[in-house]
Amino acid sequence: MYPKELRYSKEHEWAKTEGKRVRVGITKFAADRLSDVVYVELPAVGADIAFMQPFGVVESVKAVSDLYAPVSGKVVEINKALVEKPEVINMDPYGEAWMILVEPKDPGELGQLMDAAAYAAMVGEATS
Amino acid sequence: MKYIPATQAERERMLRSAGVRTVDELFRDIPEEVRLKRPLDLPPAVPDPDLLAHMRRLADRNTDCDRLACFLGAGAYDHFVPSTVPHLALKPEFLTAYTPYQAELMQGELQAIYEYQTMMCELTGMDVANASMYDGASATGEAASMAADLTKRAEVLVSTAVHPEYREVLRTYTSHLPITVRDLPARDGVTPPEAARQAVTDATAAVIVQSPNFFGSIEDGDALASAAHARGALLVVAIAEPVSLGLLRPPGAYGADIVTGEGQALGNALNYGGPYLGMIATRDAFVRRIPGRLVGRTVDTEGRPGYVLTLQTREQHIRRAKATSNICTNEALNALVAAVYMATLGKQGMRDVAELCARKAHYARTRIAAVPGYSIAWDAPTFNEFVVRCPMPPAEINRRLLEHGILGGLPLGRFYPDLADCWLLCVTERRTREEIDRLAGHLETLQ
Repeated sequence: MYPKELRYSKEHEWAKTEGKRVRVGITKFAADRLSDVVYVELPAVGADIAFMQPFGVVESVKAVSDLYAPVSGKVVEINKALVEKPEVINMDPYGEAWMILVEPKDPGELGQLMDAAAYAAMVGEATS
Repeated sequence: MKYIPATQAERERMLRSAGVRTVDELFRDIPEEVRLKRPLDLPPAVPDPDLLAHMRRLADRNTDCDRLACFLGAGAYDHFVPSTVPHLALKPEFLTAYTPYQAELMQGELQAIYEYQTMMCELTGMDVANASMYDGASATGEAASMAADLTKRAEVLVSTAVHPEYREVLRTYTSHLPITVRDLPARDGVTPPEAARQAVTDATAAVIVQSPNFFGSIEDGDALASAAHARGALLVVAIAEPVSLGLLRPPGAYGADIVTGEGQALGNALNYGGPYLGMIATRDAFVRRIPGRLVGRTVDTEGRPGYVLTLQTREQHIRRAKATSNICTNEALNALVAAVYMATLGKQGMRDVAELCARKAHYARTRIAAVPGYSIAWDAPTFNEFVVRCPMPPAEINRRLLEHGILGGLPLGRFYPDLADCWLLCVTERRTREEIDRLAGHLETLQ
């Protein structure tokens, strides 16, 4: 449910360190709560994002929510396929449904995020 | 059925149920010293027939465009309304329907709005139109905030040839938003595209123009669109006289990104200035940023067509503080009227009305230009309004014309101090050659 190698924000984003970059998406818990996602709005490549500030929007049949940046930095890549097929957020939140790839300004910020066990506890579930 | 239950027995029953003995007891929370301690100063009650006669006498002190020859436009237009419009729009099922709150129960209302939206798209040349807004002025304010949101930029440029009241509301609308409004000065009755090109910067979210503009002139839409687009700004086109689109190129054809404006001219009465009909339409790519309600067509579980309110997640009752607009309603009855009007006329009928307006206005323009002392202010092409320079104060001309049953044009000095000798005249299809000749004849003899 919540992969051990990821870090988690209290706004339900995950962050995955890949060398010098950080890949970002939303958790299975968030995707389930939103139900069918119909639209996602991502920042432009090159945009600066700030720690725990909105960087985009995700919209489901039930609600519209902001996406919060789990790390500050520059967006170097966005998942364009997601804009065409936002439903993969419900099917594969940690894989195909990644949202942005960030060049972090201060990777130390990731230390302020939760590990899988703490996040599972926050959403009231046991780690699988 | 009684609407005011006021017999003694009824009052006593209500008092008993409220747990008090007298009506005065209901007001005990209001301090003694501010209470009125005598009966209202009203004349004695009169019989119904006398009351109706009294009200009719009061109403007769007003006048209207059925009794005057109206040459006043400036954002509100005296068009002929076919009898199908009140006949259908005032059917109680439609008349009493408010904006769809119990949406799926109101299939008839939803279908009417859907058809309104579809016709509005055809009229403006845009992909998507909403279910309507309050009026042209507030719709223009919404367009500015939409453009700022879409471009992530904070400045809008507005031509001074946009309706002055739209510009005032635009400033009110944006005064507590992180949006700066800057004027783009009109010259010779139009917005110069070269000036627009120079004024647009990388901080400009939108260039807002009106066409035909407040002076009646048709703007160079292509050049203004390219001036905005060259720096990544959007072109917002306000339409105050939608009947013009029966003849003129739709804004979508020359590159408008958002079309906004006032739909009153489409079958709605002048209504002493309101309620009116705000229009807004945009491109498919911007549909999630369009404010207000949106009706969509779908199929039910058995494959039958049905109508729903769609993309409601944008609206404030779902998105709360994060919503980009606080409009969760529409002008349902005015939109219905516009839909019935457009459906009654059809494409050819819309063109015929527009042509009549243009031809009659052109005749009036030529006729008045020939009156000694009067001249047409600018050379720009016009639709059904044009500006005349006058040898005497336009307000004085209006006062004299009114004595002859003619409602004159708008003295522009009220909004443009440097145009104090200018008079904005409007000629719709309702004006006859005889009325136009009569107007010109009076101008010839006025001293």
